Amino acid sequence: MSLHAQDDPALREAQEDRLRAVWKPPEGLFLRWTDTNNNRVGVWYVLTAFGFMLFAGVLALIMRAQLAAPGNDLVNASTFNQLFTLHGSMMMFLFAVPMFEAVSIILLPQLLGARDLPFPRLSAFGYWSFLIGGVFVAGSIFFDAAPDGGWFMYPPFTTRTDLSGLGADIWMLGLSFIEVSSVAAAVELIVGVLKCRPPGMRLNLMPLYAWYILVVAVMILFAFPPLIAGDLLFEMERLLGWPFFDAAKGGDPILWQHLFWIFGHPEVYIVFLPSIALFAMLIPTFAQRPLVGYPWIVLAAVGTAFLSFGLWVHHMFATGLPKISLAFFSAASEAVAIPTAVQIFAFIATLWAGRVVWSTPLLYAVGSVAIFVIGGLTGVMVAIAPFDWQAHDTYFIVAHLHYVLIGGTLLPLFGGLYYYWPLITGKKLSDRIGRTAFWVLFAGANLTFFPMHLSGLMGMPRRVFTYPAELGIGNLNLASTVGSYLFAFGVLLVCVDLALSPRRAKSPRNPWNAGTLEWLAHPDDEDWGIRSVPLIESRYPIWEQKDFVQKVDEGRFFLPDAEEGRRETIVTSVIDARPVQVLRLGAPSAVPMMTAIALGSVFILTTYHLYTLALVGAAATLALVLYWLWTGTAEIPEKEEKPIGHGMVMPLYISGGSATGWWAMFITMLADATAFSGLVFGYYFFWTVRPEFPPTGPGFDGPGVLWPMVALALTAASWGATVAARETHARGGVGTARILLAFGVVASLAAIPAGLAGPWLSGMAPKLHVYPAIVWTLAIWTVAHSGVGAIAQGYALARSIAGRMTPRYDADVRNVTVFMHFMLFTAVVTYLTIGLFPEAS
Amino acid sequence: MGGSGRQSLFAPFGVEARYQLSLTGWLVLAAAIILVGVLALSITGIRRKGKPIGHQSGIRMIWWLGAVFPTVTLFALLVVTLPAMRPIVAGVDALKIAVTGEQFWWRVGYAGPQGGVVTANELRVPVGRTVDLRLEAGDVLHSFWVPGLAGKMDMIPGRTNRLVVRATKAGVYRGQCAEFCGLSHALMAFDVVAMEPAAFDAWLAREAAGAAAPVDAAGAAAFARHGCGGCHAVRGTDAAGMIGPDLTHIGARRSLGAGMQPMTIPNLARFVRDAPSVKPGARMPAYPQMTPEEAQAIARYLKGLA
Repeated sequence: MSLHAQDDPALREAQEDRLRAVWKPPEGLFLRWTDTNNNRVGVWYVLTAFGFMLFAGVLALIMRAQLAAPGNDLVNASTFNQLFTLHGSMMMFLFAVPMFEAVSIILLPQLLGARDLPFPRLSAFGYWSFLIGGVFVAGSIFFDAAPDGGWFMYPPFTTRTDLSGLGADIWMLGLSFIEVSSVAAAVELIVGVLKCRPPGMRLNLMPLYAWYILVVAVMILFAFPPLIAGDLLFEMERLLGWPFFDAAKGGDPILWQHLFWIFGHPEVYIVFLPSIALFAMLIPTFAQRPLVGYPWIVLAAVGTAFLSFGLWVHHMFATGLPKISLAFFSAASEAVAIPTAVQIFAFIATLWAGRVVWSTPLLYAVGSVAIFVIGGLTGVMVAIAPFDWQAHDTYFIVAHLHYVLIGGTLLPLFGGLYYYWPLITGKKLSDRIGRTAFWVLFAGANLTFFPMHLSGLMGMPRRVFTYPAELGIGNLNLASTVGSYLFAFGVLLVCVDLALSPRRAKSPRNPWNAGTLEWLAHPDDEDWGIRSVPLIESRYPIWEQKDFVQKVDEGRFFLPDAEEGRRETIVTSVIDARPVQVLRLGAPSAVPMMTAIALGSVFILTTYHLYTLALVGAAATLALVLYWLWTGTAEIPEKEEKPIGHGMVMPLYISGGSATGWWAMFITMLADATAFSGLVFGYYFFWTVRPEFPPTGPGFDGPGVLWPMVALALTAASWGATVAARETHARGGVGTARILLAFGVVASLAAIPAGLAGPWLSGMAPKLHVYPAIVWTLAIWTVAHSGVGAIAQGYALARSIAGRMTPRYDADVRNVTVFMHFMLFTAVVTYLTIGLFPEAS
Repeated sequence: MGGSGRQSLFAPFGVEARYQLSLTGWLVLAAAIILVGVLALSITGIRRKGKPIGHQSGIRMIWWLGAVFPTVTLFALLVVTLPAMRPIVAGVDALKIAVTGEQFWWRVGYAGPQGGVVTANELRVPVGRTVDLRLEAGDVLHSFWVPGLAGKMDMIPGRTNRLVVRATKAGVYRGQCAEFCGLSHALMAFDVVAMEPAAFDAWLAREAAGAAAPVDAAGAAAFARHGCGGCHAVRGTDAAGMIGPDLTHIGARRSLGAGMQPMTIPNLARFVRDAPSVKPGARMPAYPQMTPEEAQAIARYLKGLA
């Protein structure tokens, strides 16, 4: 297809008809919910997260009413504890993180000039999981069964079933489910950024929002799994009585605090960096010039992410840690202010270097920076251990964290809403309502949270349902309460503005005169995303590339057609964005939703101890996942390759290290290995804090050396067989490869009893002491991976026999091999730890 | 129950809290200057009408203000505050006090001859003498916090944390649990009385003595009849329970229910008969079978245990 051909309007119209037909959303009462297009799923996701934010906000208003006066009795202690637990948990897990993912699901394909994300069905699965888990957790408050242990859920209060009830299980299992969907979305976004950029968009030409998505998604990938590992230990203690956090049986409640804050501190930056990313998009637009210091911003974002994993202990300054570690973590906590300052000054420098166009989104951006800087400065204060010993767990911290989150998440999101609303709906929001709302929100936030600095230092601890008049903080609290209702009124104004939007006229295309790709979106948007995938030569192509918009619209770039009636997007190489493939995307399907329902049932039924039904749910989940993979992935195309324009011809099927599926598997397994590391950390943590670990004496026999080594040998054999199968298969040895895979299945299955034989034959009793409990946990985790490995090997074997995998089309066996690499790593660490470490120590 | 400011960093009576208060002052001052600077630069950037600055000037702004200035400032801050992170050395002559957090009260033990003295919900410290607090938890996490004396320190099951403090001014102060510990977390406070050393020694000697003779014999009998001694100890009587607070000198304490109410006979009577209504989630059950008269008698007996 040459430039010449696209001159023909009839041809363009025919192409548009085909694209429109391919991307037509499913219709019908039920079927419309089976859509997987990022434009739909993203919008559902945003609306749901917004709804949860309003819900959690109302919970806070009830708390503020209770605290308006000393000794108030509007709600009792039990309700109040549920309110603050749910408020914090929902704002973090059901609003801040999902909102980032939701906005990214909408924006990322547009920023990258892609038709959709690489795994649209995975996005849909993530959304439905989020909705089910969120409703489950949030709804519990209507049954007086909401979690009441604080959003940090510190044991032993929360693990003792005599002290905390069903709420703790709802928190652990409901939110674990959502954490799984968060990790799924992170995988999707990372692969999207790395592999679905338009041709020519080298890493250093990426829009900054895409950089931040990459950084934040990688943070999610490494931050959430330790919490998932913690959740696992936590529920094992609650449901089975394995004493990981019970000091009387060798456990230690501090382990939870480590695992929680290894997640919890990066979490702060996970919810803050996306807002910086929004600034990085809208400030150049309103300064009408490229951002000053692009490489500085990227470096600062990466630096923040890196440092944020080294600060978690500053949440534990008052736990009596060695003073030397206090000094180290104080220093690291202060250091993270430096990349943050770099980012903020890059924005200020851009304003100075541009000709600023004043606007509502810019008002929100500047206002939120003002609030955020206050939170950042108090953050530096609490990074200093001697000050933190006073401020920790008081209302000073409540003030600090709300300044950070309102200035660093909520107000920037509202700014982003005013900025991107025309992109999503084709209409601008009202400047008048928007600016009024801003000032109400700004006044409300300061009136609510500034007095809390004082009430905290005047003796008000966090999480108290009441306080005595004699502390002299009644007026400060009353001011906070008035401020919170003022703030709520500001949120209401924004909602009114949104509700009035359908009645307003369409705005012109690219109303802010922005320079980045997402503003190619047309007010009468089509579902295909972008008319043709452009060739990118600059960071602000709409400003800097000649006739850019016209060329895109006339289909003069790549992939302007959908000849075969399939949803497609272009896959490019990771660093320099050379096109490598035309990726066939999944069409709308009910399978993601059904899989989410099945997996959700496993978590929810386990909460109510309905284990048999939960097993049925697990079997259904497995069946659905296999069906999904079988029918929807690694499909052998009807032809080898297709032209994408400009004389370029791209393959329709690739496998191995340049394929999206391989990357998704690799990234997922990184998360898996991180969760596993959390468990291994537990083992060695107990060794460092307990002088006698492993303990000696009757009943404390270890698993021995023999069986762990047998299990390791079997796992290694299974791994070797899979690698050999991949290699012989690629050389045409299909028969040999099948035999090797079959052998692999047998070896993986044999590794299961061998892995459990050590602790089983030694009679290790996990309820007795933390040592047998953690050994059992590592063994079960590892043999579960052997089980999944056997299923994966069997799947590849079945695909080969069914003719869905051939030496040319071998993605299945290559992806299974990636899993097996990580499986071998898991087995080596586990079996050497449980088998040999006791011998050495 | 005293005026406001008994539980405030702004009314320090300890060496650490004094330092922390002045540290707070300096930090707030520095933060305010930086905040004003950042806001002024942002607003000027938007408002200014002249020629935009060049790209290189922008980069210089990022370098000097975004990177160099915070690095230098934070390094200086770290150097200045590091010495305060060093533990205070408690000499052999330091007074050792063990405090154990329980849902929702404080067990307080003073080291001394004959196993020392056990009391509850009231901490007395001598002015000028170093006190070595050994902090433990009986059930769940708690945190020991007396804002006017020093920073807080968590109480963790299975661990013993140390907090070394020194009071500088006599007076009656207040502390409170700062780590969420359950239903009545908000109702877990205690009185702190900083005393001149001689007065403290006299008090400790009185505290070490056994219980006074009952002022209300009927109350003492009711106390025994309802099995109060199963959980509470009154030294010198048959009551020797260790689950709840030691009541040997309860009548001499300033407040009831871990800093919740003044120690008066009506308050005592209500607490004895229906503790959960005063303190939700408390482990002490209600005694609906106890008559109000019995409760009054027990209250009189307890108030007499001075």
